[in-house]
Amino acid sequence: MIDLKLLADHNLTSDECGRIVELIGREPNITELGIFSTMWSEHCSYKSSRVFLRRLPTKGKYVIQGPGENAGVIDIGGGLAVVFKIESHNHPSFLEPFQGAATGAGGILRDIFTMGARPIALLDSLRFGPLEDPKNRAIMEGVVSGISSYGNSIGVPTVGGEVYFQEGYARNPLVNVFCLGLARKDKIFYAKAEGVGNPVLYVGSKTGRDGIHGATMASAEFGKETEQKRPNVQVGDPFKEKLLLEACLEVMDRGLIIGIQDMGAAGLTCSTTEMAAKAGNGIAIDLDLVPQREEGMTPYEIMLSESQERMLLVCSRENLAEVQGVFAKWDLDAVNIGEVVAGGQIRVSWQGETVVDVPVSAVVDLCPAYTRPSRRPAGQPATDVPKAPPPPARLSEALLKIMADPTIADKTWVYRQYDHMVQTNTVLLPGADAAVLRIKGRKKALAMTLDGNSLYCQIDPRAGGRIAVAEACRNLACVGARPVGVTNCLNFGNPEKPEVMWQFEEVIDGLAEACRAFGIPVTGGNVSFYNDTEGASIYPTPVLGVVGMIRDVGRVVSLGFRKDGDVIVLLGETGEEIGGSQYLRIIHGRETGPAPALDLAREKKVQEVCIAAIERGLVRSAHDVSDGGLAVCIAESCIQSPGKLGCTLDLKEDIRDDALLFGESQSRIVVSLGRSRLPGLRKLAARKKVNLGVIGRVGGRDVVVRRAGREIVRVPVERLRSAWEETLPRAFSVR
Amino acid sequence: MKFGVVVFPGSNCDSDTFHVLKSVFRQPTTYLWHKDHDLRGVDCVVLPGGFSYGDYLRSGAIAKFSPLMREVREFASHGGLVLGICNGFQVLLELGLLPGATLRNKNLKFLCEPVHLRVENAQTRFSTKAASRQILRIPIAHFDGNYFAPPEQLRELEKNRQVVFRYVDERGRATAAANVNGSAANIAGIVNREGNVLGMMPHPERASEALLGSEDGRVVFESLIQSGKSLPRRRETP
Amino acid sequence: MKVRILVSFKESVLDPQGQTVKNALLTLGYQSVKDVRQGKVFEIELAGLSEAEAGRVVPEMANKVLANPIIEKFTWQILKDGKKG
Repeated sequence: MIDLKLLADHNLTSDECGRIVELIGREPNITELGIFSTMWSEHCSYKSSRVFLRRLPTKGKYVIQGPGENAGVIDIGGGLAVVFKIESHNHPSFLEPFQGAATGAGGILRDIFTMGARPIALLDSLRFGPLEDPKNRAIMEGVVSGISSYGNSIGVPTVGGEVYFQEGYARNPLVNVFCLGLARKDKIFYAKAEGVGNPVLYVGSKTGRDGIHGATMASAEFGKETEQKRPNVQVGDPFKEKLLLEACLEVMDRGLIIGIQDMGAAGLTCSTTEMAAKAGNGIAIDLDLVPQREEGMTPYEIMLSESQERMLLVCSRENLAEVQGVFAKWDLDAVNIGEVVAGGQIRVSWQGETVVDVPVSAVVDLCPAYTRPSRRPAGQPATDVPKAPPPPARLSEALLKIMADPTIADKTWVYRQYDHMVQTNTVLLPGADAAVLRIKGRKKALAMTLDGNSLYCQIDPRAGGRIAVAEACRNLACVGARPVGVTNCLNFGNPEKPEVMWQFEEVIDGLAEACRAFGIPVTGGNVSFYNDTEGASIYPTPVLGVVGMIRDVGRVVSLGFRKDGDVIVLLGETGEEIGGSQYLRIIHGRETGPAPALDLAREKKVQEVCIAAIERGLVRSAHDVSDGGLAVCIAESCIQSPGKLGCTLDLKEDIRDDALLFGESQSRIVVSLGRSRLPGLRKLAARKKVNLGVIGRVGGRDVVVRRAGREIVRVPVERLRSAWEETLPRAFSVR
Repeated sequence: MKFGVVVFPGSNCDSDTFHVLKSVFRQPTTYLWHKDHDLRGVDCVVLPGGFSYGDYLRSGAIAKFSPLMREVREFASHGGLVLGICNGFQVLLELGLLPGATLRNKNLKFLCEPVHLRVENAQTRFSTKAASRQILRIPIAHFDGNYFAPPEQLRELEKNRQVVFRYVDERGRATAAANVNGSAANIAGIVNREGNVLGMMPHPERASEALLGSEDGRVVFESLIQSGKSLPRRRETP
Repeated sequence: MKVRILVSFKESVLDPQGQTVKNALLTLGYQSVKDVRQGKVFEIELAGLSEAEAGRVVPEMANKVLANPIIEKFTWQILKDGKKG
């Protein structure tokens, strides 16, 4: 009955089919096959990644919930907890950029409020192909509009993120959306179907035929027939989700429900089986009771539909009427479609017949985990470094060119489309090193950032993994925040290719090492494999969402210089490293290594000095040195200073000019401060044995850099500003 | 002064507005659910920003049929104070309590950024605490903020000094560049002829605390509170 | 019976979306395009009304809900069996 073609259509191998037959004692019928196909897909089961993800540190004193639930939960004191996670919606965003990105935002929002937390912030990490190609521009426009329309409508501010451009993402754009919510730590809800006999409620939008096999699509490469997959992309309704959010938070606040799970990938299938599995129970539902918006839907379609804005919840029989009353107030369906049963089976009936009857554990827990072959590609990581090209004669021109590069340039074009102020918590707006959100009525504040340099990861995955964590924490340090937890989105190519698995393993090991060094637990995340088109994989792209705490929101600083005459100080040291830099890519057209070196212990100390300086009110600005090196860091601090102040730097390092200006040596932070504060800062740095160098002064209208008395850069801040600000608007102006 | 913040399905800025009124200005404040018929004796009704009904059909088009709007209309007709912010302004336009309509922003994109407003009429009950021609820095966040009214209507608005806030640059000039959404005559906020109903696209509740970047929005609330002090205490409506 | 109502901006109202569509068509080489106005289509299924009654009810619905008379105008027709009436 089940032939190889049917299996292939369902992305299952014959081995996997054999395993299914073993587990359930017979051949699965078509609906059951659909269920296994979607739950055993890479996207839902993590079958290629589970064994490696175990290497990440997940424990910590403040971890209330680690990986395995809808989102991670960290105790932040004062009776509060933050709930956060990052998710990808890459493949749908290529097919239908607007809806793909919108439903990506919708999905991660649900993951947060299903735990009982009101979402208070979104961040997004976006990667596209180069802007010269109109196709890439169209995808970017659609994605940004999609996230904007969903986030704005539901009233959650998008407060930060990153945008990168690189050829490898042209047909595999990456859309990673991070969401964070605030909850009372004693009011966290889990996806557990507890209490045999308790009613199971379906709430939210009606079920249609959208997105069937969306999870399976995310588990396969794009090929030539991809265009026909269009109907697989779901359409979102943010208004519905806003109602759902308010209704769910209300029933949770009133303590009326026992367990709740959103219906995301694999819809009803995933929510029913996972909720039952987590409670060690079974579940029985009747599809005739499921609200449907299309005629003649089959059990297969109903179980696999990925219609948006739906939740599954379990309550006690006594509370059922009251729960339904709350949903009715918000004009939402809340239908009792079944109940929690003993015995561990999922039993689904339709038109009087049982159409599914399999053990829940087979679907959820017993998917085989693969240790796929992994092989280091020849010549990787590159130890034989090609001779560095000579630095350009006109360094000022080089700086302008780098500032105007889309990856470095101003992203206001993007984030002015996001409402970044709704909920009135946003203290630092997009464009800062990290987003800062106040907590009303409290002195402490939250900071968060997304980071991930894929070029370093391509050159040396383990180093890239380590740097990703370090850079994210460094961004937090620049606003005075200490990291408390990490969520990661790991975007890679086809895991059936040994080189890709090698990259995956190496990145994970790098992440694990750095997370341990910083003492931050990974609370969960997402893996997106199969980001290939016709055999070409993307660069390994881990995107880290790191959340931090600020002790006193009144002390927060940003990256712009504040005052004429202030002293500019570099914490950390500049080495002669141009490998893997944006400068090497933009000016010399090369993406070669080695990746910059990273000493985790030293990185930690530099960050601690910066945080301490901010907490003591010693500095007026702080900005980390990363993409584009020191020159870009300084230029940004000038452009973002109120009054567009210039500066003069006197550098002394005996290294190549281009390495000095544009090298991406790690563990460096630039701060500015009043001269009188310098002794205090020196003392802090000395205590931690951190290198401190006075490199210049704020003032004038130009950025001037001198090395050993010789002027090597002089550009008016105004010229830098216009080069930096005009790139994206110009790329998207109507032709 | 007692404030009531109306909550429609899809309102987003209701709790922001409530927070500013209750925690920052320490005024008695209550939420008013759109399905109710009770204004709870408030002195000022605030229609907050957001996406009521998802902005489906047109912004504010469906919210205007909410049961509570009957009471709001009557309240306004008897001189009660009504403030509409962003989506709230759009509801007032749809209700006909203020003249005109809003269209999509001229650049066809959602816009979230700080803008400068010039106070054109500092004698309304929403602007007495401001000086005439004062410049305020207040954020906007909207997709359909492009104010439109037919030419005769615009002439009336100017003649009757019903334009209360206008988009200007940081030097106070009402230029085309300062008019980011394309509104007719750079109009950002208007009041009705009777002076008791005001609608504005920018969000004063987002500019009422120094921590968030600007306190220029305070004048709107301070003016209202001030005008409340000279009102006789209103009786509960039967 | 099914009715179709077309709502579009009045002539005096600037229609930037229509302009954007026009530019896109011109860019693709359709030089004969002189103007584009964008609007909305509503198809409403009515039960138990005569054509005369529909003639009263539909303009009322259009004026009250579907269109904003300050900026929009509308036309409508009865669709007989899915074909134009």
